[in-house]
Amino acid sequence: MRRWRQRAHRKVRGLSVTLWTLIVPPTTWAGHFLFSYLWAALMCAKVGEFARFPTLFAVGTVVALVIILAAGRIAQIQAHMEGDAAPHDSGTEIDRLRFLAMATLLLAGLSFIGVIFTALPVLFLTDCR
Amino acid sequence: MTAPAAADHLDQNDPAIRAAQEARLREVWKPPSGWFFRWTDVNNNRVGVWYTLTAFAFMLFAGVLALVMRAQLAVPENDLVSANTFNQLFTLHGSMMMFLFAVPMFEAVSIILLPQLLGARDLPFPRLSAFGYWSFLIGGVFVGGSIFFNAAPDGGWFMYPPLTTRTDLSGLGADIWMLGLSFIEVSSVAAAVELIVGVLKCRPPGMRLNLMPLYAWYILVVAVMILFAFPPLIAGDVLFEMERLLGWPFFDAARGGDPLLWQHLFWIFGHPEVYIVFLPSIALFAMLIPTFAQRHLLGYPWIVLAAVGTAFLSFGLWVHHMFATGLPKISLAFFSAASEAVAIPTGIQIFVFIATLWAGRVVWSTPLLYAVGSLAIFTIGGLTGVMVAVAPFDWQAHDTYFIVAHLHYVLIGGTLLPLFGGLYYYWPLVTGKKLSDRIGRIAFWVMFAGANLAFFPMHLSGLAGMPRRVFTYPAELGLGGLNMASTIGAYLFAGGVLLVVIDLALSPARPKGPRNPWNAGTLEWLAHPEDESWGIRSVPLIESRYPIWDQKDFVAKVDEGRFFLPDAEEGRRETIVTSVLDARPIQVARLGTPSVIPMLTAIALGSVFILTTYHLYWLALAGGVATLACVLTWLWTGTAEIPEKPCKAIGRGLTVPLYLSGPSASGWWAMFITMLADATAFSGLVFGYYFYWTIHPDFPPPDAAGPGVFWPVAAIGLTVASWGATVVAREVHARGGVAVARALLRFGVMATLASLAAGLAGPWTTGLDPNSHVYPAIVWVLAIWTAAHAGIGAICQSYTLARSLAGRMTPEYDADLRNITVYMHFLALTALVAYCTIGLFPEVAS
Repeated sequence: MRRWRQRAHRKVRGLSVTLWTLIVPPTTWAGHFLFSYLWAALMCAKVGEFARFPTLFAVGTVVALVIILAAGRIAQIQAHMEGDAAPHDSGTEIDRLRFLAMATLLLAGLSFIGVIFTALPVLFLTDCR
Repeated sequence: MTAPAAADHLDQNDPAIRAAQEARLREVWKPPSGWFFRWTDVNNNRVGVWYTLTAFAFMLFAGVLALVMRAQLAVPENDLVSANTFNQLFTLHGSMMMFLFAVPMFEAVSIILLPQLLGARDLPFPRLSAFGYWSFLIGGVFVGGSIFFNAAPDGGWFMYPPLTTRTDLSGLGADIWMLGLSFIEVSSVAAAVELIVGVLKCRPPGMRLNLMPLYAWYILVVAVMILFAFPPLIAGDVLFEMERLLGWPFFDAARGGDPLLWQHLFWIFGHPEVYIVFLPSIALFAMLIPTFAQRHLLGYPWIVLAAVGTAFLSFGLWVHHMFATGLPKISLAFFSAASEAVAIPTGIQIFVFIATLWAGRVVWSTPLLYAVGSLAIFTIGGLTGVMVAVAPFDWQAHDTYFIVAHLHYVLIGGTLLPLFGGLYYYWPLVTGKKLSDRIGRIAFWVMFAGANLAFFPMHLSGLAGMPRRVFTYPAELGLGGLNMASTIGAYLFAGGVLLVVIDLALSPARPKGPRNPWNAGTLEWLAHPEDESWGIRSVPLIESRYPIWDQKDFVAKVDEGRFFLPDAEEGRRETIVTSVLDARPIQVARLGTPSVIPMLTAIALGSVFILTTYHLYWLALAGGVATLACVLTWLWTGTAEIPEKPCKAIGRGLTVPLYLSGPSASGWWAMFITMLADATAFSGLVFGYYFYWTIHPDFPPPDAAGPGVFWPVAAIGLTVASWGATVVAREVHARGGVAVARALLRFGVMATLASLAAGLAGPWTTGLDPNSHVYPAIVWVLAIWTAAHAGIGAICQSYTLARSLAGRMTPEYDADLRNITVYMHFLALTALVAYCTIGLFPEVAS
């Protein structure tokens, strides 16, 4: 188990990090938000109502949260790689990587909260009024 | 004087060599002179200053409009101005402050600062900056000047239809707003392209992403926001003018349209816009707070989180301007949730600043006073923002002075006062002279008192029921006292602004100050009071976020040309292009020199918009042809030039290419970014189609005849064929198959033109009448948009073919072909979406 974990960590550390990976968590939030908005708008306009716990919505929310958690976990492992001396703001390869990973981790946190925020209204509002 | 064979820092010990290098640099970067030709300059130092002064002048003008409004509202039942004039005043005040001050000011300041911050000689496309400036000036004077002819827009800065689309209810002002500001949006997108490529590709060697000044991070984020925020408004403008000029009923409920679509498109732009004007001002804090705390900023990744997080969330807020429109509560709740969430990143950056000040040894300077004071005002505006993000509260406060109070607290605290702080901070960088600390502090306190006296009472008058946008109010409401207080506050605020203007006016008489007067640590403070036009003597190697503080002998080494590119041996303006993540030098880019072309292009393009306003369509068409001619001349003579040698030594033993093509080149990125904006505008139109489908029980209407399936499918096939030909041409050409590539491009031009015809044939042959109902109108718009893009695609392909035939493009130097391939990718995508929507979707929907 432990060896498996170490191997997984090594693999994660080897993943390449770019500006595109930085925006994976907020993009997931945006996708979920758009999905929620369109889902509600279409249901209300075309069907006239929506179920209290629509499966599709729940699945969409879980998928978004899982993607964000995964991105955050990968970023967390990368942000804690052995690197140069604190405060980790040198112009080295490892510090650049740690910085991008740290920013991704923070964005994952914000996006996670954002998705929960978006999902909450569905718990409290039950119709299209 | 002979040039050294290779620029190498070993030479730099010899003062004679350094003097010779400086002479060459001075010659190359010499600004044009003469009463006319001085205006053809493209150097960011000049263009940025023109841009800033123009935006500042528009701000003063829009401020005077507000003063007239406050004079009118000082007492109940006043008759200083008529209702009609009042409508023009508030519309123009809002529109000018947003479109002609807040956004352009950010672009202007960035054009000045960004190259300095990045140790670049200039931004990658100096002529594009100049074009943006001239577009801004022409459009701004056109829109702002309209009030002197009693023809200013009068429908509110958001121009809600149907009031504004009905030509019997609103006059020429609506067209002036729509077309004049569309033109300015073009310049904003141009600036966004310039700034994004600048941040990503023109950083100095060694400045990896984690060493970038935070200002550059903010600029990157804000410029990307512009790409996604402005185009939906451009799409809305297109629909709006189609309705006003041609009677196509996009927002006319009687013929199937819906005014709410405009509100969606406007606010998808309008809300991110708030953050587009707020984040760059906060970015100024991120530069000046470390300076006056005399330490590194704490929590660098947290600031990046805040900027990127705010940018994303800000696109999920637009409906909070539409809480009172009767949308389902569930939709409102989503936007309410996102509006609350955006307080998190906004709060984080404020806490980072407070923490940095706490941890540092604070120097209480005038700029810092502005920074701290504006944060206080902004926080009040932010808190009322959290209140109005709650839908039930918003229903009570909607369209009252409470909202006026909220938005002015946000904009004065989040944009205006920070800019004044930035003015006091960066004035020495631009002019070499400090402004008066004494006048600055007095002005600050006058403005601070004025802003609070003007806008705090509005919370109360709003809650007491005073509606927005009324030119007078009855005495019985009992709001006279609060309004008088607001008016006195407004004039007090104006007095503070006047003090700043006086301070600026006194500046030319003052002596030059020391270099880096605030003892800052970031690159831009390399600027010398007796500045040369070349930007930076040599492009440094960066090892820290605060190189002036941390790197040994840094300033001296830069000044003695001991870093990269200390010379201009070939007599060309140059800057270093580096890789996106790690800023490794990959190219020396030759930059555009002073030219009249950007100005001419702006005039030509401006004429298209202005002449259309007055319904002079043939002349406008002539203007369009002139614009095309200018653009083609510009591209032909100024871009993708084959260098005289493949590589160049830039010092320290490094040799890099002079030409790049494909995804590592700046031009490729500019094309890609422009096309992202274009695709966003297109998606605004597609959104319109599906919006109508959502609100109508039957859409397309059962009696709709077109456009059928055949022509749209044919158009898709032809576009894909043309796209394929271009992609294959690129590959074959790179392997030396020039003749085959040319043949493929010829085929591509034919196929693209055929797709254009096929696309229009759908609605044409089925006789869709765009005046009758919104369905044929939106089908026509999608078809025309795609066809117009096919037309541009054919021009791109022909241009590339001509470049090849003229020997200006070879398999080794093939940037043109690679760039138009990016265009063709987007064209194919556009055609696929457009023709599937109009041709195939009706089949599915029925």
